[in-house]
Amino acid sequence: MHIVVCIKQVPDSAQIRVHPVTNTIMRQGVPTIINPYDLFALEEALKLRDVHGGEVTVLTMGPPMAEDSLRKALGYGADRAVLLTDRYFAGSDTLATSFALSQAIAKIGETFGRPDIVFTGKQTIDGDTAQVGPGIAKRLDLSQLTYVAKIASIDLDTREIEVARRAEGGTQLLKSRLPCLITMLEDTNEIRRGSLQQALCAARSQVVKWTAADAGIDDLTRCGLRGSPTVVKRVFAPTARAERAAQIDTAERGLQDIADELIADILTRRPALEHELAFNSGT
Amino acid sequence: MSTASQTTPRIAPGRAGVKKELPDRFKDYRHVWVFLELERGNVHPVSFELLGEGRKLADKLEVQLAGVVLGPPGEMVEDAVAEAFAYGADLVYIVDAPPLADYRNEPFAKALTDLVNTHKPEILLLGATTLGRDLAGSVATTLQTGLTADCTELDVDSDGSLAATRPTFGGSLLCTIYTLNYRPQMATVRPRVMPMPQRVDKPVGRVMRHKLSLVEDDIVTKVLGFLPDNQSAMANLAYADVVVAGGLGLGAAENLQLVKNLARAIGAEHGCSRPLVQKGWMPADRQIGQTGKTIRPKLYIAAGISGAIQHRVGVEGADLIVAINTDPNAPIFEFAHLGIVTDAIRFLPALTEAFTRRLSPHSRDKLAS
Repeated sequence: MHIVVCIKQVPDSAQIRVHPVTNTIMRQGVPTIINPYDLFALEEALKLRDVHGGEVTVLTMGPPMAEDSLRKALGYGADRAVLLTDRYFAGSDTLATSFALSQAIAKIGETFGRPDIVFTGKQTIDGDTAQVGPGIAKRLDLSQLTYVAKIASIDLDTREIEVARRAEGGTQLLKSRLPCLITMLEDTNEIRRGSLQQALCAARSQVVKWTAADAGIDDLTRCGLRGSPTVVKRVFAPTARAERAAQIDTAERGLQDIADELIADILTRRPALEHELAFNSGT
Repeated sequence: MSTASQTTPRIAPGRAGVKKELPDRFKDYRHVWVFLELERGNVHPVSFELLGEGRKLADKLEVQLAGVVLGPPGEMVEDAVAEAFAYGADLVYIVDAPPLADYRNEPFAKALTDLVNTHKPEILLLGATTLGRDLAGSVATTLQTGLTADCTELDVDSDGSLAATRPTFGGSLLCTIYTLNYRPQMATVRPRVMPMPQRVDKPVGRVMRHKLSLVEDDIVTKVLGFLPDNQSAMANLAYADVVVAGGLGLGAAENLQLVKNLARAIGAEHGCSRPLVQKGWMPADRQIGQTGKTIRPKLYIAAGISGAIQHRVGVEGADLIVAINTDPNAPIFEFAHLGIVTDAIRFLPALTEAFTRRLSPHSRDKLAS
């Protein structure tokens, strides 16, 4: 079977600078990692390949330096890596991102064989939207299986797949059909350590680099800032409350003393809590 | 969000902040819609929170507030419709058909997309639940419009555009996002970010029923079953009245026991900040903050939590915030009501003991038994 795993290189830090004019992220100089949620998806893909045979292709859209993340993924054991990079993708929101990735996945299908499963992580740690996976599924008409905790079975003859999916208030058991898109929950897998041999192979492997044109994208108005319906108008730090927290003095006092004062202070401010806490602790 | 920019695009992009004229085809998009999420037969409370928020937006825009209910024919849908009116909807769109009995992306996305294309709302809000995110991403893609995730604040600006604010860049800053030239403007909001609105006295309104334009045989995905969570084992942080949480300042996984002890003494739920889940010290369903649970307790005690924006937006709805941290400059003291600059590891046991002494003898007897 052929599995495509979408990964993203993300900043490994909350200290991100923002371009003052375009309000897009400036990433130069910030250390990067593979989005941790994507590693769960990659591990699941590698496990499926080991059971069912076939190939795993990793795909990322990003700047040229995102090649590092693809090399890491090859080191973990992926068979092939595709880097979609072009200045026209700069400033893409989730709609523009899912457009570019779905075009690239279609091209991967034509070039290396149609994928049976496309994986993404649950979400990225920098955007935190969880919107790109569903966007890809919709554009490529794949069965959409989000927040998958476990893949129970895959039958390549009948093309059926059964999964357990995290839902509100419980776990949904679903039967669907390949090809499908799966976003993988965390805590499902520990990422394997690639072997030394794989690391050496990865270092020698060619990363396939595609521009927008290489990926068959002919309508650039659907890419990058121009293809993004959402516009970041303002980036700002939240304003402090009118007054800082009232500090309880801790100098030269016993902890019990401070604790008693804190409780008295809480109950002075919110007398109703006394009943609340007493009532609570009795249940 | 945005991708990296190594080089400046040659084509001048639609610059942030530049307003363009809304295309003619979107000019008749009006009214605010809220998707009502049915969860095992009941309406998910986030839907009511959104109706409260939607009401404010609709009043500012001087338009109507509509609820959208999708489900199987019968009592469940009718009850949800009555609830939508009770929480302020002027009208409710209903699609009730057997394939909508359990949530599946395909029929739900089809039903909602068809409704939007027929009735053209200018704003569409959904809860940022697993269901809401699964659905919103599909619908926005089909409609080719903007979608802003996990908003913490919604407003309309002077020209009627939706201004959706959310934490960004890993929770280090907030950003306000517009969908300028596309409709509907879509946003998801996490449970408990918005307050629960008051029920209204005379819940009345119009109902508009629509047919589902596909049948069961068209739907690839089938539901085999549902395993409800063991409620007693799951944290009910979002709706707890008192919450105690620990952060990195606790130093070691075993010190979380101090948080749990205090929580048990005062009948609170316990939770933690994001780094502790990443370290594997606590399960993900106990994480408080933008990427975890949003809470609105009457009392919140934060021990050894620095208070990054990502945490702040998850706890700002708390009525009283008490922060314990060794660092007098920790951001949490900017938004807590009461602060104690001390080591939480030493202070928590003292506070637990003081609370136990303070609480009524009656409740102590119960605790002892």
